[in-house]
Amino acid sequence: MSTETQHDLDIDRSVGDFSYDVEYAYDAGVGLTEATIDYISDVKGDPDWVRAFRKEGYRKFLEKPMPTNWATKDLDNIVFENIRYYLAQGQQPKRSWDEVPDEVKETFERLGIPEQERKFLAGVEAQFDSEAAYSNIKAAVGEQGVIFVGSTEGLKEHPEIFKKWFGKVIPSGDNKFSALNSAVFSGGSFIYVPPGVKVKHPLQAYFRINAQNFGQFERTLIIADEGAEVMYMEGCTAPKFETSTLHSAVVELVALKGAKIQYVTVQNWSSNVFNLVTKRGIAHEDAEIKWIDCNIGSRLTMKYPGVVMKGNGARGEVVSIALAGDGQHQDTGAKMIHAADNTTSNIISKSISLGTGRSTYRGMVHVPKHLKGCKNNTECDALLINSSSRTDTYPAITVRGQGNAVQHEASVSQISAEQIFYMQQRGLSEGAAMSLAVNGFVNDLVQQFPMEYSVELKRLIDLEMEGSVG
Amino acid sequence: MSTLSIRDLHASIGDKPILKGLTLDIPKGEVHAIMGKNGAGKSTLAKIMAGHPDYTVTGGDVLLDGESILRLEPDVRARLGLFLAFQYPMEIPGVTIANFIRAAQQARLPEGEELEAVDYYQKLYAKMDALEVPRTFTSRSVNEGFSGGEKKRCEILQMAMLEPSYAVLDETDSGLDIDALKIVSAGVNALRGPNIGMLVITHYQRLLDYIVPDKVHVMSEGRIIHSGDKDLALKLEAEGYDWVEKQFGESGSKAA
Repeated sequence: MSTETQHDLDIDRSVGDFSYDVEYAYDAGVGLTEATIDYISDVKGDPDWVRAFRKEGYRKFLEKPMPTNWATKDLDNIVFENIRYYLAQGQQPKRSWDEVPDEVKETFERLGIPEQERKFLAGVEAQFDSEAAYSNIKAAVGEQGVIFVGSTEGLKEHPEIFKKWFGKVIPSGDNKFSALNSAVFSGGSFIYVPPGVKVKHPLQAYFRINAQNFGQFERTLIIADEGAEVMYMEGCTAPKFETSTLHSAVVELVALKGAKIQYVTVQNWSSNVFNLVTKRGIAHEDAEIKWIDCNIGSRLTMKYPGVVMKGNGARGEVVSIALAGDGQHQDTGAKMIHAADNTTSNIISKSISLGTGRSTYRGMVHVPKHLKGCKNNTECDALLINSSSRTDTYPAITVRGQGNAVQHEASVSQISAEQIFYMQQRGLSEGAAMSLAVNGFVNDLVQQFPMEYSVELKRLIDLEMEGSVG
Repeated sequence: MSTLSIRDLHASIGDKPILKGLTLDIPKGEVHAIMGKNGAGKSTLAKIMAGHPDYTVTGGDVLLDGESILRLEPDVRARLGLFLAFQYPMEIPGVTIANFIRAAQQARLPEGEELEAVDYYQKLYAKMDALEVPRTFTSRSVNEGFSGGEKKRCEILQMAMLEPSYAVLDETDSGLDIDALKIVSAGVNALRGPNIGMLVITHYQRLLDYIVPDKVHVMSEGRIIHSGDKDLALKLEAEGYDWVEKQFGESGSKAA
């Protein structure tokens, strides 16, 4: 790809490409030692068990090797001692936008968050670097007993629910990055939906990185009690800095008997972000967990949302769209662990690689021998735009026992010159034709996003595609 | 000036010459037919006019209302008013017909101007009804899983919506049964008028029973070797191409 093209792609991400000089009242400095963890624990006023949990996470982080035996060597380019692990103006999120400091408020206004909140959301949390600057839930939703707060507030105000599930879905030692998150986590959401409560409108969190050389480590825990339903959406952006930024979140979902959780992500990270996220949910009897995941941007994303189907009749689903632009690597997929009879999982993954972009699908489906009536369906389709684009698929499906069914389909396609010519003959420019074809490729999945997000998604894809031809 | 004019056009694919000095004028308001044996270069002519990247023009010109279009990108030619109904229309998975035609119309508007959705759908439905295209078509992906007849009707629907000043119909009759042929022909006839010039490319005379041309041209070895009125098509149907090639073609001229 030409430098001109690269230039175009940079402009395209301009929506999120700005930053403010912010005075941080709390700064853990550069690098990670036990003292950094104590600083974070002190500032946040952690209870002892959280401090101990952090220390244990730190120990595991040091112990665990970088997973470069199976993952990309690019991970070795993360310089942990150059990263700033905690930056905040204060710990207490505001309940009104008027109280949010000007530059932070302006940031979120430019990203359209307060407007979306007014239009269609049941609650919003807006995280700026390490802490939430704003967190609010609509009165009607709060009155139903729904809790929607930051993780710090959650562990302090609701320890009886928080402690029961925190770190249980994803143990701190699950992988090197979940261990790192456990050591330095800050921000993220804690949500509890009481039995039978169906939250009509989505709850949304927005994660914004503002500072250079920064690491964002939010921690989200969502519990839907029996028969409850909730949709949670997260968006993320960062400005484009010369140096790399690390985003390493842990998200745990618990859907109790008959509950439904939908977790929607639309990330649009700048191309300097290492995005290494662990996401997993446990679905109890007849419960359903659905991850709808859209990965645009970042330098490297590694993310494999998972569902452990623990109760009879539980369902797990991952719908994922990844777009690997020039120089980017989207290493995404899904994990489906069947741990009870009659459990059903569905994975639909579509990736687009353009320029020197690379998309990797890794899927793990596990059905042990003693189970029956389990079903999995996996479809992964890859679209390559340029001859330098790359895609790889690593499905690992283990199905044992009788009476379990799996289905796996994979395809790799390209947009043909004849298709482009056909569309051009109707008056569309080459770029518009390419963009339309790509939108067509992901269209069936885009339909599954809430309307407001699907419009945004189409726009992001159009922007990414601009200047990607020729 | 209101003419699509092909002047001594030479073109090749790789080193192989395909058009060898083809000259043809299609004035607005007229329907011309090109007939010829398989391999005469008929479909190649259509693609070259539309700007297909596989072909190289080595001489001559194509003028749209007096302006050369050969240096223009395919989409620019299209927006100037040139339409090609494809012999083999391409499938575009996931893109609905409604969205596709809408994008094509949007591309014709000045920057910053948005197509009015209500007006667009009104027009689309009216044209669909006229072409006996079921309304359910709007939500189907372009040409995906279409029968031959559906594909051709979809081409004519796009032509009706985009209102070109010149249309080239490449073997529009191929793959059609008689009922589909009648519907497609009726659609084309409905679009005939003083504001459009049409070039109908066909191998068989059958289509010309329904779309009656003002002029018929015979193409052989990359050139137009003979032209006449609609009766020429009937004669070709009855007597084949050999006589005309012998009388007017290169090999025929040499022998004479």
